[in-house]
Amino acid sequence: MAVPLLQVRDLRIEIPTRRGVLTAIDGVSFDIEDGEILGVVGESGAGKSLTGAAIIGLLEPPLRIAGGEIILEGQRIDNLPYARMRAIRGKKIGAIFQDPLTSLNPLYTIGRQLIETIQTHTDLSSSKARDRSIELLREVGIPAPERRIDAYPHQFSGGMRQRVVIALALCANPRLIIADEPTTALDVSIQAQILALLKRLCRDHGTAVMLVTHDMGVIAETAHRVAVMYAGRIAELGPVREVVKHPKHPYTEGLMGAIPAMGHDVDRLNQIEGSMPRLTAIPPGCAFNPRCPKAFDRCFVERPDPMASDPSQVACWLYDKQPVEAAHG
Amino acid sequence: MADDTHLDHRPSSEPPIYAPKASAAMIEAQEPAGRWRRAWDSDIAYSFRRSPVAVVSAVITLIFFIGALFAPWLAPQNPFDPASLNLMNGFTPPMTDNAFTGEQFLLGTDNQGRDILSTILYGSRISLLVGFASVIFALILGTVLGLLAGYLGGWLDSVIMRIADVQLSFPAILIALLIFGVARAMLPRDMQNDVAIYVLIVAIGLSNWVQYARTVRGTTMVEKNKEYVHAARLIGLHPFKIMVRHVLPNVTGPVLVIATIGLALAIITEATLSFLGVGVPPTQPSLGTMIQVGQDYLFSGEWWITFFPGLALVLLALSVNLLGDWLRDALNPKLR
Amino acid sequence: MAAFVIRRLIQSVLVMLVVAFVAFSLFNFVGDPINNMVGQETSLAEREEMRQDLGLDDPFPVQFARFVGNAVQFNFGLSFRRQAPVAEVIGERLPATLELAAVSAVFALVFGLALGVYTALRRDGWLAQAIMAGSLVGVSLPTFLIGIILIWIFAVELGWLPSFGRGEVVYIGWWSTGLLTVDGLKALVLPAITLGLFQLTLIMRLVRAEMLEVLRTDYIKFARARGLTNRVINFGHALKNTMVPVLTITGLQLGSLIAFAIITETVFQWPGIGLLFIQSIQFVDIPVMSAYLVMISLFFVVINLVVDLLYYVVDPRLRVERAAHG
Repeated sequence: MAVPLLQVRDLRIEIPTRRGVLTAIDGVSFDIEDGEILGVVGESGAGKSLTGAAIIGLLEPPLRIAGGEIILEGQRIDNLPYARMRAIRGKKIGAIFQDPLTSLNPLYTIGRQLIETIQTHTDLSSSKARDRSIELLREVGIPAPERRIDAYPHQFSGGMRQRVVIALALCANPRLIIADEPTTALDVSIQAQILALLKRLCRDHGTAVMLVTHDMGVIAETAHRVAVMYAGRIAELGPVREVVKHPKHPYTEGLMGAIPAMGHDVDRLNQIEGSMPRLTAIPPGCAFNPRCPKAFDRCFVERPDPMASDPSQVACWLYDKQPVEAAHG
Repeated sequence: MADDTHLDHRPSSEPPIYAPKASAAMIEAQEPAGRWRRAWDSDIAYSFRRSPVAVVSAVITLIFFIGALFAPWLAPQNPFDPASLNLMNGFTPPMTDNAFTGEQFLLGTDNQGRDILSTILYGSRISLLVGFASVIFALILGTVLGLLAGYLGGWLDSVIMRIADVQLSFPAILIALLIFGVARAMLPRDMQNDVAIYVLIVAIGLSNWVQYARTVRGTTMVEKNKEYVHAARLIGLHPFKIMVRHVLPNVTGPVLVIATIGLALAIITEATLSFLGVGVPPTQPSLGTMIQVGQDYLFSGEWWITFFPGLALVLLALSVNLLGDWLRDALNPKLR
Repeated sequence: MAAFVIRRLIQSVLVMLVVAFVAFSLFNFVGDPINNMVGQETSLAEREEMRQDLGLDDPFPVQFARFVGNAVQFNFGLSFRRQAPVAEVIGERLPATLELAAVSAVFALVFGLALGVYTALRRDGWLAQAIMAGSLVGVSLPTFLIGIILIWIFAVELGWLPSFGRGEVVYIGWWSTGLLTVDGLKALVLPAITLGLFQLTLIMRLVRAEMLEVLRTDYIKFARARGLTNRVINFGHALKNTMVPVLTITGLQLGSLIAFAIITETVFQWPGIGLLFIQSIQFVDIPVMSAYLVMISLFFVVINLVVDLLYYVVDPRLRVERAAHG
């Protein structure tokens, strides 16, 4: 099998504070194949956005990568000097951020922002870059792009602006796009349009996407595979259908229980009791143990690493195949 | 039996009465009297101890206060008593024997043989007096106008705040100069020197009331719509009276910060006006006057006549400024 | 756009009317204008006659209207002290102040901007921190003391630069300039630094704070994610967004420069309108005082207006919002 587009191996992100070093991301590993959409889901603070920021090399100090490797097309990129990483950003890895209202520089026309991005990564002349910008705008569904290219960001609606942001991410035809909550700030009706657009573009261009969101519905609709994150670790990683239909990790089960399903009459939605621990107060053993209905002795002592449970990977002692005196709690 | 007069004092075995909603101060109340007082301002005290800049500034400011307050007892001579001066002592450099009298002065003497150290002590007295008085004047004026504008609203509010806007777009020193000029034009010539210091206080005060007014007005407008104000009206109390009692504690912090930074500003403004020759009369020289007098002698090499008063002015203004900066940061979480 | 300009113009005229009223009150109610103009020996009858000639018996609105009419033509009568028309007295002093203020403004803006950007980008560097600490001391230094220190070092001890006056000036029509002679330029250095230093620290701190703020925004993060170079991000995107507030404050500071010139001109005996104003206060020369007041207010109002219009040009968002309103 060919080398995956992106490999994340045992990623560890730390933040030094006055009270000592906290670990925000711990032992996260996953791959993204060419053209694949990987959903990353979790509560806010689970570390999903940090993982995305680490991949494009934009962790904000004092956050830092303390261990592990990030490998793009077989080349390690987590330890590249700033200038070389900069050349990769935008060219090989594009990014889309949550809030289209604040992602664009308000003082420049969208055309200028598109052209400068294109010219940073290619040798196109100004007029060629402009032609390409118009083409890109047309592709993301901006009406009358020849005219709109000279408009300022505030002259666009939120949904239109997110289309412009997507066009900006696609400027240099990157192999991978990190989309961090790309639809969270949008109206529900616009959300579906933007997701459909993203899906279509990736299929047409063969671009892989790491789709970070807290919305399991978005993942179910868009992604091929999904990684569920909890307290800085991956709880469950597998094909979307499998994870949605047959969640294995108790946390994933809880997440699925919290989504209203069509056609089912449920009196009330199940909710996971409690809240995710803060970085300063992660319990020993499995981080989910205080909220887990199925926790047993081992969960309070040992931290589970993801283990294969076909076709998924689950970080839960319930699925440990090693013969230990495992018993249901 | 004396202990029984203290309400706070209870045997420590007795459970606290306010257990369910006990605040830190109430829990402290079980401790011997006096402790709660320290707990009350411990936030500020803690942040003060942790800031070396604040401590040094406070010490320097305190030295100036004490020096100015006790100048008549601390100063080696009274520089404004002609009898104690010896013209032969003029232009003595610091720490040097005078060629004629053999006397020595720590910081040297000026053209009239006045001891520079003594003039600095007496000069700081004037600077601090004008500074404090004008800050208090501005504070009272600004608070009253802010309360009225915020509470009454309507045209009075518009007029006051419009004046504030216009005034704010002009530098304070220009306003002070103008007021000073008008006062000088209106007063008979022979009175001018006697009242100069009061005119100065009013002029500097009038040029700095705006910030107090804005802060107080803002808080007043917030408080005005709270329910206790309506309640006060219902039970027949004058709402303004009861409101003032609620507004004032709320603005203490911000106003204190404005006043501290305002004090540094007032000291600098006074020094500047005196330097320009429109401030205090020459018979009561402040630090600014002394710097102006010394400037002429800079060219002939008598640098100390300007240098030490200038240094004193900068130290005083800088430490009060830093103290104000620190106070603003220390109070900031509560302001939000 | 037109509606916006007209509204701002009306506001400006209103402010000027208020200022004119203050200046007018100075004229008429501060002391007796007749007393101010004539000597002790003038008889009561003569005074009464003068009063009528000058229209001081007219009703208040008529007098005020006449004052405004005169003020528009910059006719403030005779200076008490110089016995010459105020316009003439001020006219011969104005170039000195304007040149000083302009050079100071350029000095403050160029260095303030450069240092502000530097301290923002190298936030943790020792040099940046030293500059920041120095600026705090600078804010606490009264302007006149800065001038004296500069005189002491560069004029007295080193003898490099003159300590007072404008040096050699050249006349271009009625305008006297010190910018065309070496002597005049040398004389300009110390006063310009003195006057500009406070504004410099102000601009520097403002640029730094704004720049740090902008560098934290999403669109800068997104610009990094697009792979733009640091140069483009820092000096294209970040600096341009910083310029909007900086422009406003700097523009408004221009007015302060002319007002603060009073102090600098006194220290350096610079023959400008600031020095003239101080002398007019000392000698209770009311026509000069009120003329100065009206003139400096005009500066402030015009500067405010220009800044507002510039704001409008720089920030495309305002164009739409304003257009929607007006």
